[in-house]
This record gives sequence, structure tokens and C-alpha cells, in this order.
Amino acid sequence: MARPHRRPIPDLNPPSSDPLIDRSPSNDDLSIDDEPLEVERYELREPPRYRFAANRREFTQVVGAGLLITVSARTAHAQRRGRSARREELLSQRFQLGDDGIVTVLTSKVSVGQGARTQLSQAAAEELGLPIDRIRLVMADTQRCPDDGGTAGSRTTPSTVPRVRNAAAALRGLLHQFAAEQFDLNTEQVTYSEGVFRGGDQQQLSLSELARDEALQERLNAAPSEDASIVPIDRWRVLGTSVDKVDGPAVVTGQTKYPSDIQLPGMLYGKVLRPTSYGATLASVDLTPAQQLDDVVVVRDGDFIGCAAPTSWRAAKARDAIAATCQWKAGSSFPSDQLFDRLKRSGDSQGDRGRDVWGNPAEGTAKAKQTVRGEYEIAYVQHAPMEPRAAVAQWQDDQLTVWTGTQQPARVHGELCQTFRLSPQQARVIVPDTGGGFGGKHTGEAAVEAARLAKAAGRPVSLRWTRDEEFTWAYFRPAGVITVHAGLDAAGDLCLWEFTNYNSGGSAIETPYKVPHGSTRFVRCDAPLRQGSYRALASTANTFARESAMDELAARSDADPLDFRLRHLADGRLKDVLKAAADAFHWPRRVAETGQGEKPNQRGVGLACGTEKGSFVAACAEVEIRDGELHVVEVCQAFECGAVHNPRNLRAQQVGALMMGLGGALTESIEFSEGKITNPSFSSYRVPRLSDLPKLNIVQLNRPDLPSVGAGETPIIAIAPAVANALFAATGTRCRSMPLRLS
Amino acid sequence: MIDRTGVTTAPTAGNAVARLLRRFLPDPTEDESVAEETIELQINGQRQSADTDPDRPLLDVLREDFHLTGTKFGCGEGECGACTVLVDGVPTRSCITSVGEVGGTEVQTIEGLAQAGQLHGVQQAFLDHQAMQCGYCVPGHIMTAVALAKERPNASRDEIVAEMSQHICRCCNYENILAAVQQAVQQS
Repeated sequence: MARPHRRPIPDLNPPSSDPLIDRSPSNDDLSIDDEPLEVERYELREPPRYRFAANRREFTQVVGAGLLITVSARTAHAQRRGRSARREELLSQRFQLGDDGIVTVLTSKVSVGQGARTQLSQAAAEELGLPIDRIRLVMADTQRCPDDGGTAGSRTTPSTVPRVRNAAAALRGLLHQFAAEQFDLNTEQVTYSEGVFRGGDQQQLSLSELARDEALQERLNAAPSEDASIVPIDRWRVLGTSVDKVDGPAVVTGQTKYPSDIQLPGMLYGKVLRPTSYGATLASVDLTPAQQLDDVVVVRDGDFIGCAAPTSWRAAKARDAIAATCQWKAGSSFPSDQLFDRLKRSGDSQGDRGRDVWGNPAEGTAKAKQTVRGEYEIAYVQHAPMEPRAAVAQWQDDQLTVWTGTQQPARVHGELCQTFRLSPQQARVIVPDTGGGFGGKHTGEAAVEAARLAKAAGRPVSLRWTRDEEFTWAYFRPAGVITVHAGLDAAGDLCLWEFTNYNSGGSAIETPYKVPHGSTRFVRCDAPLRQGSYRALASTANTFARESAMDELAARSDADPLDFRLRHLADGRLKDVLKAAADAFHWPRRVAETGQGEKPNQRGVGLACGTEKGSFVAACAEVEIRDGELHVVEVCQAFECGAVHNPRNLRAQQVGALMMGLGGALTESIEFSEGKITNPSFSSYRVPRLSDLPKLNIVQLNRPDLPSVGAGETPIIAIAPAVANALFAATGTRCRSMPLRLS
Repeated sequence: MIDRTGVTTAPTAGNAVARLLRRFLPDPTEDESVAEETIELQINGQRQSADTDPDRPLLDVLREDFHLTGTKFGCGEGECGACTVLVDGVPTRSCITSVGEVGGTEVQTIEGLAQAGQLHGVQQAFLDHQAMQCGYCVPGHIMTAVALAKERPNASRDEIVAEMSQHICRCCNYENILAAVQQAVQQS
């Protein structure tokens, strides 16, 4: 039985006891969308990394208006959360009409490679009846943009696109009305085409002329009318087409300014001293060697020690000179080879809380003629975006502006206000298009560090983490242990399904398969590493365990893995993608060709499917063992996310997610020992490269009859179990770990 | 300087005492590697000179001294290729190449590819195939592909894969990157 009910999953990071930490739920997007789709079910929450001392002037302010300052930090949160005020958003806050005929659209969403800039440009161009090159987007400037929430949880497509379309349709309606008034005609007598309103043969008004009209500007200070009608899908001109990335020419010429590329006059480059291991505390340090260097600013403030200099080389020299003097007291730690035992033990010590039960598991157990028990291990992995965390901070009097790469500009704005005791109006966060996120840039470490250095230096400071820092001090996708206990009745049908996830998360924990008795449970554990969001969250881990176990069950009952799944799925979208993938892959023929069911011959095919955030994916894979290594030869993946906005960008997301998923399936695993990450580099932590690209068959099921949902995450979840199942077919040995390891 | 809240800062102007002391006391941090040199090189066809520590990575000098930020930092160990530039036509990892090593050479960066507003064929191929997602790795990919297309215009698919696998695109847009480089090689 598919389970419509979803139990809210507790946060992985328990609320801090620190009174300064905001304890309200962080699912910002949910509060504004009023819809049931879940966003980030766990989110990194922790006390501020740095406690900066108030300097003397700040101290005076605190004494004089301590309450005010504390309250204003909270006000920042209140404003962010109280976005039910969205309906009062004014057209003038969403759009700016330029006298060059360009319409500027403002949104708090960021572009991290997923294509939001292009997609939102498409949305506005569609409703405004303009070519896409007459749309400009200003993204993620907390001072200028209306707050559409952070960029996470695949929310841009189902939430921000409709919002921008509605507002754009309202703008067009208002302009139409205004033009008719100028012409002294009824709106029906006025036509519109590509930015020009015409009333009969004589009268016309272009967007650039309208932009200069002060009376119109007044009218734009109005909320969008609710009855604006958006362009129906059968009349889409721009949406639904493979529009090129609007920033493509800037990218290929090196002109795109990512956060680490922002340069301001007089700017210095910063470096921060890091502990030698997790939990290490500073016993002694001597700043003198760095202070003796010319042109170097040295800051020690609480636990923060950093340097800024005219070049990053010099800043690093200064920081290294300090590091050479440091005595560290190590924290307690354990090595990664004890990880899974430790997670499970700490989870089991909490008893049996939080189990979500349906049917009667005891009855299911009694009915089971055959059972499968499996324990699956999921390693820590890193987002490893190509651009590490970076920020440029500039203080002008008490005003702080920070350009930084984050998926959560409002949250980073709050972090800065809190850390530097600023009112919301005193801080501004701007997110230039950023070199990758994948759920890994929800925090503001670099922003805070750059701002602290800039404050001491009295000049702008640019700070970019090294790869080693990113691998060590950013956060990780949670590792986990998943246990499955499942049973088949006399007819070979599923009669029992018990599924427990230790630590990795609750996303996609429910089985989509029909089973009368069972339970699911997510258990929080004591985690050794800093952990948080990652593309598709725990859906990847839970889908891996479930789809592996389904294959084990199919094998136990001598059923074909495809037939076994189809038999247990209700008709619907998941079944449709599974059939589509299997058809395109020619599943029965490929099973026969690879000799499946006979003696394992080092070649095999496998499949898997899953759903998350309202979209559906299925993958078939063929693997081969050559020279003792696992090679993924071919992948066929079918995906469905409602009506497609941009087929080519969707394909890029599908393939990109699939390939990133191959990394987690085959090679990616964060190892640690004595409080240190032992593979903090691209030479020791292998991510997919071009040579890993298998033969691909990518299937998109466009559903114009259904609302569009996001596509950046779900296509990552089916590949690992498909490969695991193919590996079993090839070798006869079941591997229950991510990454997969040949035994 | 330590103020009453324990914040220590040593802003530039406040280093006078330290600088005075250094005149009389040997500075343990001062060694030959800090000495600046004048390094002459050609960057994108223009003669340039940098007064700098010759041990500094070429990447830093391009970005910080010449404001050529199209060349990116990705790993600092020559593994990901984001920092690739052409040194006398050879794809070179500027993050592990010191500026002292390239004195007297011709360095070409992504900014120097397009001529008179006309995209280089490899840039056009990356556009045609939309071989970009976040785009951060793209300049490095393009520089390697430029050298490949020039040096091995008959490169096979396997050769292209081997060469371009020296780069990382974390968005994993490899399907489009491969198509773009294949087009660029065929057209050269």
C-alpha cells in the first residue's frame, strides 16, 4: 500500500540552546507556498561559528540600545519568515521597465548552474510577450529583490516560476490598461505585440516610452491583480522550448563574474587560520611573525585568526607564519572505519521512537514464507562544487555589503546581522551567479570571515576557500546505515516491509510499493562530521536500499526484477517512467543477452526507480567487470516532472544528476582519521570525469497536463541502485554499500 | 594593537613600530622567496611585466595583478583543470605553475581567445552544444580544447576523452562537453 501520509522528520541538527539562535523551522519555502511538497527536511543548524567581541564603538551602541540591537537581529528572521506578506508585493518591486525597452525582473533565487536565470527569463518573456533578450534578471540581492526564498528543494520551478509568471501577466494587463487610457480607447481596441501597444493605425506606445511615463510608475506601486491570466500551455512560445542559457556568451568568454571574481578598488585578499583537526583548540599562538610583515592585516578575535594582504599569496604566507607558532590541543575523534558501527549504536541507544507503522507487522512476519534482511551503508560524500566558498566584503561606515556564493541569501544576511550586531538595513548580500552548489552552499562561512577581515582592514576583502578547506570545513551529505527486513507471502507478494534509516535522513523513506504491513523509521545519531543538505537529500540513500532490497526479493521469488516491481506498483507516474525506461532499454532482450539468471558472467543489467519532490525517475544500467574493475557501460534513464519548461536544460540536469549519482555509487567516500579528512583533494577523492560517461539513452516524459516541478535533484536517485543490481547480476554477489565495492 | 575587548589588529598604518624594529632585528620570515623580481611576459599578445615574488602561482598573478578573472581556481593541485591557460600554446595548470617559470613566454587566457568580437571556434562550439551549467570549469575546458584542436585536428573520440578527462565539471555536463570538443576538432 502506498503511503500518502508523511510523518514530519525531525531535524538532524537539534536546535541549539543558544538564545541567539533562531529556533523556528527553516523550511522557508514551505511557509510561502502553502502546498504539501516537502522542501529540505533536514538543514544544517548550528551556533555561529565565530563569536566576535564587540569593539569599543559597538560596545557603546550595545549599552545604549542593547535591546534594540538584539531585537533587530530577530526582526531579520521575522521578516524572512513572515513572507505571507508576499501578496502585498508590488509590481514595482518585481519589475523595472528600462527606457531601452528591457524589462528587469527581480528575484531572490540564485543561479548555481541549474538554469534558474534562463528559466525565469523564459517565464517573464512568455507572459510579457517579449523575446528573451529583452528580459534581464537581477538575482539574489537582499536589498533589491523580493524574497522568493532560498534556492533549494527543487522549488524554483513549482514555486518561483508561477509567481514570476503571475506577476508578469499582471504587469502586462496593467500596461495594456494604461495604454488604452492614453489612447482614450477600450482595452479591447488596443493590440499588443513584442513590447508595442497599438490603438488603431495612428497611436502606439512602446515599452521604452512607457518606461519614461511617471504616471505609470505610480501605477506600478500596486500589488499584482489576482485575476491576471497566464498564457496557457498550448500557446507557449518561449516556455517549453530549448532556449539557450542566457549567460552562455559570458561564460565562454570568461566574462561571468562569479563571487570569487568580484574585485573592488583597494581590495585585499584574506586567509583564515584553521584548526589542525576537528575539535582542536588553540593552546598558544604568536601573531608577531605575521604582524611584522609589511602590508598585512592580522586579526585575532575570539577563535578567529585571519590575515589580509594585497595578494592571496602574501596573506597565506602571513597565515602560515602564525600557524608555525601554534600549539593545538586535539579534540576526541574516531576513524571512518568505525563510522557505521558507531552510528548504529548511537541510534539504537535511543530505543524505538519515531517508528511509523501501518497494517500489522507481526501479521506480516507470520505470513512471510521468505524473508530478506539487509543492512546498507552509505558513506559521507562532499558536494565539491568547482567554485569553493567565496566572498567579498565591503564596509562603508556601518553598512556591510557582501558578494558571496550561497543558495540562501536571506539566511546569510541573517547570519551577518547576528554576528556583527547589525540591523537588517545595515547588511546587504548579493549573490553573483555561482560556481555550483548542489545543496552545499546554504551557509555563510566565507561571508562572515571576509566581513571580519574587511572590518579590521578598513578595506574590501576577498576570501576564497581552498579545496582542502572546502573538503574539510564545509559540510557533508550525511552518512547512514539503513536496515531492511522484508517478507514475501506464499504467492510471492510483498507482505512485510520494515525500513530504518540511521542518520542519513528521511527523504523518500516511504516505499511506493504495495505492501500491507510494515514500518519506516528515521533515527537521529551522533554524527562525527558536520552534515547538511545535498542534492536530493537522503532520497539517494533510501532509494538505494529499497531498490536493492526489491531486487533481492525478486531474486528470492525467481521473478524478473521489472515484473516484480510492476506487480507491486499502482498505476501511475512512477509505473509509467519505469515502463518507459525498460522499453527504451529493451529490458527483456538485454536480460537475455547478458545471460541473467544463469551463471554470472561479469556482465549484467539492473534497474531501479523512485520518486521524490513530485517527480519520477527510473534507470536501467548495464555493467561489466573488466580487469577487476566495475564499468558502467550503458544507462537508460526515464524522467517525468510534469510539463517541461526547457527540454535541453532538463536533459542537462538529468544527465548531470545521473553522472553525479555515479560518483556516489562508484567512488565518492569521505574518509577520516584522528579528526582529519584524509582525502581532502580531487586527487584523493575521485569525482566523475568525462571518461566515466557511459552510453546514454535519456527519456523525457513530458506531461503538459500536469504542473511543472523541479528536476535538479530526483534524477540522481535511481542510478546507484540500478548499478548495484546490475553488479549483482554480473557477479552473483550483493554489494550493500555506497560507494559499491567489488568483493 | 590590543583594545580592551581583546581584539587584536595590525592594520597597515599601525605597523610602524614593527617596521622600525625590522630595520635593526633580523626578520625570521624574511627569506629569498619573499624577494620581488620583475617578470616580463606576453599575456594575450600584450607585453606585460609583473613586479612580484617569482614563486607566486601564475593563476594568482593573472587574476589579482592583471584582473584576468576568467581563469579559475578549482583545486590548487593541477587536478581539475579550471585554471588552465596556454603557455606558448601548451595547456598549463596555472595554479601549480609559478609566475617565475613563465618569464619570457606567451600566455594566453580565455579573455584572449575571441578576436575582434568574433568567438573562437571552440568557444562557439561550447555555445552551440550548451556545454556549460554553472560554467565555472568552462574556460579551463576551452583552453585545453583549443590546443587539442590545433595540435591534433584528427583526434579520435578516445583521444578527446583522454585529453578532456584531465578536467572536472562537477555539474557533470560531460555529454555536451564531448560534443562541443568533437565539433571543435572537426572544424579545425
